[in-house]
Parts: sequence; C-alpha cells; structure tokens
Amino acid sequence: MLTANGVTAGYREPVITDVSLTVQPGRTVGLAGPSGSGKSTLARVLALLHKPFGGTVEIDGETVTGFRFQAVQRTRIGVLFQQPRLSVDPRFTLRQAIAEPLKNQDRVEELASLVMLTDDLLGRRPHEVSDGQLQRACLARALALNPRYLICDEMTTMLDASTTAALVGVIRAYQRESNAGVLAISHDATLLTRWADETVRLSAPRPR
Amino acid sequence: MVNLEIDRVSVRFALKGATVEAVNDVSLRIRPGECVALVGESGCGKTVLASALLGFLPGNAETSGSARLGDVDLLAASDHELATTIRGRQIGLIPQSPASHLTPVRTARSQLEEAARVLGGDALQAAERAGLLPEHLDRYPHELSGGMAQRVANALALVGDPWLLIADEPTTGLDRDLVDGLLDEFRRLVDDGHAVLLITHDLAAAHRIADRIAVMYAGRIVEVGPAHEVLDNAKHPYSRGLANALPERDFLPIPGQPPLLTDLPAGCAFAPRCEQATAICEDRPVLTDDPHAVACHRPC
Ligand SMILES: Nc1ncnc2c1ncn2[C@@H]1O[C@H](COP(=O)(O)OP(=O)(O)OP(=O)(O)O)[C@@H](O)[C@H]1O
Ligand code: SF4
Ligand SMILES: [Mg+2]
Repeated sequence: MLTANGVTAGYREPVITDVSLTVQPGRTVGLAGPSGSGKSTLARVLALLHKPFGGTVEIDGETVTGFRFQAVQRTRIGVLFQQPRLSVDPRFTLRQAIAEPLKNQDRVEELASLVMLTDDLLGRRPHEVSDGQLQRACLARALALNPRYLICDEMTTMLDASTTAALVGVIRAYQRESNAGVLAISHDATLLTRWADETVRLSAPRPR
Repeated sequence: MVNLEIDRVSVRFALKGATVEAVNDVSLRIRPGECVALVGESGCGKTVLASALLGFLPGNAETSGSARLGDVDLLAASDHELATTIRGRQIGLIPQSPASHLTPVRTARSQLEEAARVLGGDALQAAERAGLLPEHLDRYPHELSGGMAQRVANALALVGDPWLLIADEPTTGLDRDLVDGLLDEFRRLVDDGHAVLLITHDLAAAHRIADRIAVMYAGRIVEVGPAHEVLDNAKHPYSRGLANALPERDFLPIPGQPPLLTDLPAGCAFAPRCEQATAICEDRPVLTDDPHAVACHRPC
C-alpha cells in the first residue's frame, strides 16, 4: 500500500492540508480537483520528491523518513509528468533516457517494445520526436526498475486520444503482471471514469 | 476583417542527410465569424503550420504556397512587417506550453501591462477575460500552476484584440471548468465576428466550439467538414480511429504509429495502419472538393 497520512504540504504556504489517500497494490486511484488545488503537490510528496510540512508517507508498511535525495525508497515509485520535455535530458537519445535508471542495458529493448518504440526512434533525441513518442520513452524509463507504484501526473494531457488509450493500455498490462498500484491525476473526468477504479477529489484552493 | 486563405502550403526542414516534410500541401480557408479546429496527434505538423503563418519558423525551414490575409502573403512578408502590423494586432497567437514562453523574471502583471502598452489594449480587462484573478497577476511564472500559466498566455494573446486568434493547444492542463470558460470566451469572440483557429489534440474541445474540423495526419489534411459530421460520421479511417479512441467511446488505440516525416510513403501515409488499405492506396489520395472533404480511396 502507498499511503499519505494527514499530509500538509506546499511552498511558502501550505496548498494541501491534512490530506489522506491510499493506493492499494493492483488498483488505480484517480485524483481530480480544480487547477491549483494541489494535485501535483500531493503527487510530488507521494513520489518522495517534495518534503511535506506535516503528516507521513508510508510505502508497503514502512514510514518514509527521507525525501528528495535522502529518499531510499524512491526506486519503488515510478513517476510520469505532463511535460515529457522537461523531464528528459535533451542531449540523451531515447535509448539513453530509458537506460538511465538501469545498471546494464539488457532490458532497454524489452522496455522499448513494451511502449512500442521502434529502433529508429530509440536513436533520436527529444527534439526529433513528438510529445507522444517522448512520453512513451518516459513511461519505459518509469517502468525500468519495476516500481511497485506508478504516479501519473497529467501524463496524457498533451496526447491525442489514440496515444492516450495506448499508454493506458501499457500501464494496465504492467499492472496485471506486477500487481503495481497506480495514482492517475487528470483534469479529464471522462478519462478517470474509464481508467481508475475509484476517484478522489481535492477541493478548490482556499483563496489567499 | 478579411479571410485567411491558406493555399497549398508546404513546410520542409533540412537536417543533415534528411528532409522533414512537416506540412504537405495544406489548403484551408478561415472566415471571420468562424472557428476552425485543426486536430491530429502530436508531431503531425499542426504547430509548424501555425509558426509558418506568423513567421516563427527556424532558419532551416523552407516554405511553399501562400497564406493570404487581405493583400498580405504571410509567407512572403518580412519579419518587420509581421512584427509591426500582423502579430498581436491582426493575428494573436496562444503558444503551446505557455510556461516556457513567459519571461521568468517578470510578474504576470508586468508582462501584460507591457503588451497592452505596445499594442494599445487593456491589461486588466484581458486578464479578466482569460479568467485570472487580480492576485494571480503579481506572481512570477515559476509560482504559477500549469493552468494559471495558460491563462496568462491567453490574456497576452487577447490584449491587442486581434481579429484572428490562433490557439495552439490552449486547453492543455486546464481543468474542465477552465476549459469550458476559455472555449466560451473563444465562442464569444467568434460570434463577435472574430475568427479562431484552434489547434488541438482534444476532440471534445474541438467538438464543443468548432464550426468545422480539419483532421491532419502526417502533415496533410485528410478530412475537413462540419464539426459534428467529422466526429460522428468520419469518412477517413484515421479520423474514425481517433474518434473511437476517446475514453467515452471504445478507448482503444489505432494500431501502429504515425510514419516518420523524414520518410513518408509515396502513397497514402496512413496505409500501414489502415485495415481498409488495398493496392490502390499506393497512389496518394487527393482531398475531395466538397463541404465534407476526405482524402481516401475507400472512405468509410
Ligand atoms: N515552486 C512553487 N513556488 C510557489 N508556489 C508554487 C510552486 N509550485 C506551485 N505553487 C502553487 O501551489 C498551488 C498548487 O499548485 P499545484 O501545482 O500542486 O496545483 P495543481 O492542482 O497540480 O494545479 P494544475 O491543475 O493547474 O496543474 C498553486 O497555487 C501554485 O501557484
Ligand atoms: S487511402 Fe487507403 S490506406 Fe489510406 S486511409 Fe483510405 S483506405 Fe486507408
Ligand atoms: Mg498540476
């Protein structure tokens, strides 16, 4: 189980206060809420990329003690963001980007075929591929270390309907095989209804 | 107010040892009082077409065809002419990934006020039309959520009151209420006699406000017609597949991937993914000349 217990987090001031949420293995939880309600902030806390002001994160029964560079459990959680361009080193080929977390290159081909990237595309750099193709590479990279949980923050907002359906299909296949839990953040209520087993809503931000 | 007449426009990029055929022989007319949506998957050439219209193509690009706005050919006009008479005044552009277009060291307010000064508009009114609250305006770009950055970009494009608005994926990252608010705003502009070219991968957004939808695949327009016809009665197998992939429909992807724009097949570019393909598809299909036009030898 991946759990947020009474998490309060933000930047200068908290944007989420006392939020709790649980992702069970094998399940997909949708996270919805208006713009600025703190969905991405909660995603970053659960991905151990952002230290909360208060509350705890638990991964499979262990309470997380360190965030960001001190996070020892980070490899158990895969993350995907809305803008693949901001999360890939522009100098890397897609092959190198996928291999980044791996100690040896053996699994690159397997991961690439999982997300349907051809050899020709693997040799290209980010500016030579489309957002959809780059997001496929980011998904392969996120799955490289067989994460127990996958956090997708607006993963498909930049993508057309067909690519969206394709990537959700890849994630579901991975879940069937690994029993991983997924947190799917999206503005698209229709998509979450179709994708997630249940959906949690964050409420509108307090005016400040 | 005049029409925008895009006539047989092609854009190529020269790379080492390869040519990217990003836009191929695109013709499209946009009239005042009309919203046209250009839809298609990412990387199919939509943004390149918009950049060509505003003179924002990089140095290795080569264009052919014409895009006439009244007596100006946008493809032939000098950068000075585009900067002083076209951009922001006649054509407003809402760029893709707005966060990366905002100046990081200046607040939203200072960027809007400068644009209002240069173009002669009302910064606060544009902000309000884009759904920004006054307190958002004093933030720096890195302090804005994705949705707020989008609204700042939208306000910047509206401030000079251009008659044609080209919006490149303006709804990305906005929640449904904001999307609906923005689309309603576009619709109001159209009903006032403005024209909107909405570039989007979001078929639902296109369906909501567009009068006509043009579907682009591998740099070509493969189908164009009245919005509901194209969505509910698609003639091209690609448009049909795209509509069926929606989560409210089959939620199944079109098999395969789009071809590389450096290596386009001589015939129909969709053939490798098309269930209906036969030998005749090795000849390139031509877009028909009727109100619901399609480029396919065996339309659905
Ligand atoms: N680095 C930062 N510094 C200061 N404030 C920030 C920072 N990042 C985000 N914020 C603020 O935190 C609040 C919540 O932001 P967050 O990105 O979590 O929202 P969100 O729900 O993901 O919104 P959206 O749907 O628009 O992506 C917003 O008010 C935003 O302006
Ligand atoms: S021309 Fe042939 S291959 Fe192309 S979309 Fe039509 S049927 Fe399919
Ligand atoms: Mg967000």
